[in-house]
Amino acid sequence: MTTAISVSGLVKTFGQTRALDGLDLTVHTGEVHGFLGPNGSGKTTTIRILLGLLRADGGTASLLGGDPWRDATSLHRHLAYVPGDVSLWPNLSGGEVIDLLGRLRGGLDEKRRKELLDRFDLDPRKKGRSYSKGNKQKVALVAALASDVELLILDEPTSGLDPLMETVFQDCISEEHARGRTVLLSSHILAEVEALCDRVSIIRLGRTVETGTLSELRHLTRTTISAELAGTPDGLSTLDHVHDLHVDGTKVRFDVDSHALDAVLRQLTQVGVRSLTSTPPTLEELFLRHYADELAGEKVGAAR
Amino acid sequence: MTALVGTRHLVRLALRRDRIILPIWTILFAVIPSSGARAYEQFYPTPADRASLAAGGKNPSVNLVYGPTFDLTTAGGWTAWRYGLLMAVFVSLVAIFTVTRHTRAEEDTGRLELIGSTVVGRYAALTAGVLVAAGYSLVTGVLLALMLIGAGLGAGGAFALGLGVASAGLVFTAVAAVAAQLTEYSRTANGIASAALGVAFLLRAVGDSSSATWLSWLSPLGWATHIRPYAGERWWVLGLALAFTVAVASAAFVLLPRRDIGAGLLPARLGSPRAPAALSGPLGLAWRLQRGSLIGWLIGLALVGAVFGSIANGIGDVVGDSQQVRDILARMGGVSGLVDAFLASMTGLFGMLAAVYGVQATLRMRSEETAFRVEPLLATGVGRLRWTASHLAFGLLGTAALLLAGGFFLGLTHGLRVGDVSGQVPSVLEGAVAQLPAAWLVTSLAIVLFGLLPRFATAVWALLAVFLLLSWFGPVMQLNQAILDLSPFAHIPRIPGHELTATPLLWLTGLTAVALAAGLTGFRQRDIG
Repeated sequence: MTTAISVSGLVKTFGQTRALDGLDLTVHTGEVHGFLGPNGSGKTTTIRILLGLLRADGGTASLLGGDPWRDATSLHRHLAYVPGDVSLWPNLSGGEVIDLLGRLRGGLDEKRRKELLDRFDLDPRKKGRSYSKGNKQKVALVAALASDVELLILDEPTSGLDPLMETVFQDCISEEHARGRTVLLSSHILAEVEALCDRVSIIRLGRTVETGTLSELRHLTRTTISAELAGTPDGLSTLDHVHDLHVDGTKVRFDVDSHALDAVLRQLTQVGVRSLTSTPPTLEELFLRHYADELAGEKVGAAR
Repeated sequence: MTALVGTRHLVRLALRRDRIILPIWTILFAVIPSSGARAYEQFYPTPADRASLAAGGKNPSVNLVYGPTFDLTTAGGWTAWRYGLLMAVFVSLVAIFTVTRHTRAEEDTGRLELIGSTVVGRYAALTAGVLVAAGYSLVTGVLLALMLIGAGLGAGGAFALGLGVASAGLVFTAVAAVAAQLTEYSRTANGIASAALGVAFLLRAVGDSSSATWLSWLSPLGWATHIRPYAGERWWVLGLALAFTVAVASAAFVLLPRRDIGAGLLPARLGSPRAPAALSGPLGLAWRLQRGSLIGWLIGLALVGAVFGSIANGIGDVVGDSQQVRDILARMGGVSGLVDAFLASMTGLFGMLAAVYGVQATLRMRSEETAFRVEPLLATGVGRLRWTASHLAFGLLGTAALLLAGGFFLGLTHGLRVGDVSGQVPSVLEGAVAQLPAAWLVTSLAIVLFGLLPRFATAVWALLAVFLLLSWFGPVMQLNQAILDLSPFAHIPRIPGHELTATPLLWLTGLTAVALAAGLTGFRQRDIG
């Protein structure tokens, strides 16, 4: 398996602020990689370093086998970028921008351009300033998706799209995935990441806090179990890794750390199980846990 | 009255945002006429000087630019003629840009939506913009009058002149308020209102320089002169301006509720669904972004060249027999004859205007950067140098085109007047093109700041302002030559009237090359954004 993006120990400071503090990120060729993190955690800064727009202060970064700063121009022929905040030229129409960006990337697939305009329901004749936020994003998306490139770097590309267009976007990315293109998708929409991504990296305060496939990450989280037992549950409360236990006669409901499921289930079957529902952890829970850490951390910081 | 709720807060917000720029424009336009009033006594000390000046002032080609003359035998009458119209134009421009900035520009950027969702009435933003611009015009007018009184001129004429200038500001405040209702974009709104100002100037220019005097009465700028400060004031003309202002401003308030927020009354035009073949690289894009401004400047310089070329030969009449004025002109422009000196100072003016354009075209890169429009471009196969080159083509070649256009038309119309086109065009053109190294050096200073200190890129305007002030007022103030030499324009040979000397042009060009290299290297090394 080859690596499309490989970043390790990346550091970037802006004056006093340390935007990236030893960030690691590995994206394998052909995968859709989710890049998650709260606002201001350094996602956009990382992407801008990968595009050679910013110069890293420390660490190493390699993109498609090249140096993102030194080889910027030649690398850019193989990638397409959709910024989070698309800003268009007020006096250029959307169609003109799509054509321009496509030509600068070395050519557009005409058939795909037409098809994408239809699917995203975008009027290419409007001028830059008359587009809404969502429509500006569509312009950038169509330009990127219709280009013949190996790597797509998308920085929160759907933050302005409505649910219908969100579905179209997911379909398009799945198609790109099927064609073997690599996608780095920075996102806030967890359902989107769960639906599309092979692997995710979660970053916080300029560092990578979790990285792996979704199932690997789920391993780190808790499964919710509710069960009706043959008798009164014994010994559950004494088990490690069981949280938020509610007992109502023979009915129980609790959360369990995913790696301890085996031991806990054995305990239940000893009593006898009449019915059992298990809810797998969502990415959202995982994400919220890291947010909560941060909130708690801030409180500690404020108290000091 | 609920439609006006919040106006007070918006006025305060506008004043807070403009707290630096508006006072500067007020003081500048209030002070300039009074300094002129002081100069009159010095330039035209004797009744004979003044009589010959008054006779020369009847020249139609001069009236085209400065307006009609009424009484040039007093300091007040001369000041009103020489500065009244010009100040009215400047104050009107400030009023236009102020109204647009606080009305259409706020809607255009979406900020008004945020404000509009709070407790703010429908008419509040428009009312606030109009109040601030009208207040600016009146304060400037009154201060101008007070400065004139301070310079020892009579109070009646001073207020006639000040309020005349203010009345033009009021009229164009109202015009800009209407323009802001018509179009979706602040740029277009400014364009429409400025075009109206241009039409007003043209109407009175034709009226004042021909027998069709009534045309001048159709123009709000004409009214400002027809108040006749220091020449038997006609106060009722102020009423005309005021009535017109109220009528036009009311129209803006009637139009406002007939459109949605963010929309204009004129339908937004659709663009092309496909990019033309020319729009396939950075240069094609730079052309799309810069062409409107370049074409506007070219037309402007060609017109200024043509107008001043046509009055050049009559320049002796304008300054009268005043030896002092001739001395100063000679010092500023050259020695071999007043007309050559005048033509040379015009080419000097073109050099400075070209530098203003060069800086503006170059700083476009910075505004593209801060608007985040350059990132998607640099994320394609376009390298930083190629992108910079596409805009520098305008900063460097555009300035050359402007000097050629201005010089050509200046030489042409002057040549036609004196019957020597084949002689005048090359010599004036040579003078204009000789300005190029100075204009280029200023442009390359913009690149240095853009590349090395991007946050302070706009400081190049301050540098340019210092150069311009040194060139305009330095010789009159008889400053030390070493200080005058700080301005690159001071090293350009005055042509026509002097020989072309290559040395200063060569080292100015050399400095330009060094500055360009430094700026481009800096830009290649730095972070974008």
